[in-house]
Amino acid sequence: MNFLYTAYAAAWIIHLVYVAHLVRRYVRLRKEIEELGK
Amino acid sequence: MKRAFPILAILTAGLLSYGLYEALVAAPTDQLQGNVYRIIYYHVPSAWTAFLMFLINFVASVTYLIRRNVKADAIAVVTAEVGVVYCTIVLVTGPLWARPVWGIWWTWDMRLTSTLVLWLIYVSYLFLRKFSSGSQTPVLAAALAIFGALDVPLVYFSIWFFRTQHPQPVIGGGGSIDPRMLHVMLLNWAAFLCFAGLVCWSRYRLEILQREVEETQALEALLDRRPQ
Amino acid sequence: MISLSSITRATLAKDLRLEWRSKDAINSMLFFSLLVVVIFSFVFNPTAEESRRIAGGLIWVAFLFAAVVALNQTWARELRNQVLDAYRISPAPANALFLAKALGNFIFVSVLEALMTPLFIVFYTLRALGPAYQLPIVAVLGTWALVVNGTFFAAMSLRTRAREIMLPLLLFPISIPALTGMVEATSAILTGEYSARFWIALLVAYDVVFTIACLLLFETVLHAE
Repeated sequence: MNFLYTAYAAAWIIHLVYVAHLVRRYVRLRKEIEELGK
Repeated sequence: MKRAFPILAILTAGLLSYGLYEALVAAPTDQLQGNVYRIIYYHVPSAWTAFLMFLINFVASVTYLIRRNVKADAIAVVTAEVGVVYCTIVLVTGPLWARPVWGIWWTWDMRLTSTLVLWLIYVSYLFLRKFSSGSQTPVLAAALAIFGALDVPLVYFSIWFFRTQHPQPVIGGGGSIDPRMLHVMLLNWAAFLCFAGLVCWSRYRLEILQREVEETQALEALLDRRPQ
Repeated sequence: MISLSSITRATLAKDLRLEWRSKDAINSMLFFSLLVVVIFSFVFNPTAEESRRIAGGLIWVAFLFAAVVALNQTWARELRNQVLDAYRISPAPANALFLAKALGNFIFVSVLEALMTPLFIVFYTLRALGPAYQLPIVAVLGTWALVVNGTFFAAMSLRTRAREIMLPLLLFPISIPALTGMVEATSAILTGEYSARFWIALLVAYDVVFTIACLLLFETVLHAE
């Protein structure tokens, strides 16, 4: 039974890690754009 | 265009929640496997989504080689990344399903093995994109994507024949599927397709923005070097 | 057509001559293969019966690693003397260069295999229980499968960071069907328990598909800038 919840949790963790990675890249990019604007 | 994103996001959230409910609660329990089989509602749709991503990557790569369209190259990198994410989920949920049901974490059967090889090919694609120098990356990556796509049927044949010669328990067996289960499967697939669409869209906008920034930075560097 | 083969022959002859004089590639490949064989012997230490089952895998893994050593050196020479840039400007068909490199690699790796095979036979007391005449066929098809893609990916890796690890990173996943074919065919012939025919057919299909793909795409890759 635990395997079922672990599997679902794992799937979502992987999705969220990727999305978090994208957000971090976006934030970094925004900072670079500000630097360029100066 | 910009308003479509939040609408799609809400739709996706709805589908995913409904899909989760159906998968965990509403779908009938399997007689042989008990409740663990429900992993299939995440495992299989993820696999189908990954394959679709890789198919789009192939089309985008070929388009890039023919037309040298920058957008096609951006789509290629986006779908490769998202495809690898979904493929990883397949490879993680697979053993988690196999262990309680068949007693083994891994077996070199058709589905798991071919998914693993696919994963390896596209991870190597992402490595190439990361390590090659900017100007030639799109062309090299497109060539590799084509090689990968050509490899896929050969991978299937080799595993199929290997299994024929060295038979082993078949994981996730054949047989007809309960129509109620199929309904839940398709529902979750629709949900994950929408989610993949959202993520691809965001990643694509990030990619385009990144390229614009890099171009601007390059221009700045060029202008800065001009003698005052 | 005439220009293709004359350039190929000239480039190939030049490479072979250079290699014969320095013996760089063949020496390092040879020693590396020997090391791999010895280490495998220590690690596995199989009985005669087991040997026949696993020898196919061991042999081809050893040859694969040795081939990577050779492939990494393939283009290094050209890069050092800016020969590649000259090629890009010249009207010579890029395929001629590719074929020359691939054939050169094929010859190097085949020589290596010819030298290592007796060693394998001795270390593992190998004797083919199946049709031994099929072994050279498997050797040729398998070697070409590794070399044709290896030469192509080596060219792709040229201007990447971590060039030398990039080649195996790209080559190994794509080669999985071919490796399966080589190993299974060799095991089939050694154990005599099943037919190698399907695997040989798979290797032929693999070789045809990827030789055509390499020839079609090499020009594009060479000019990627």
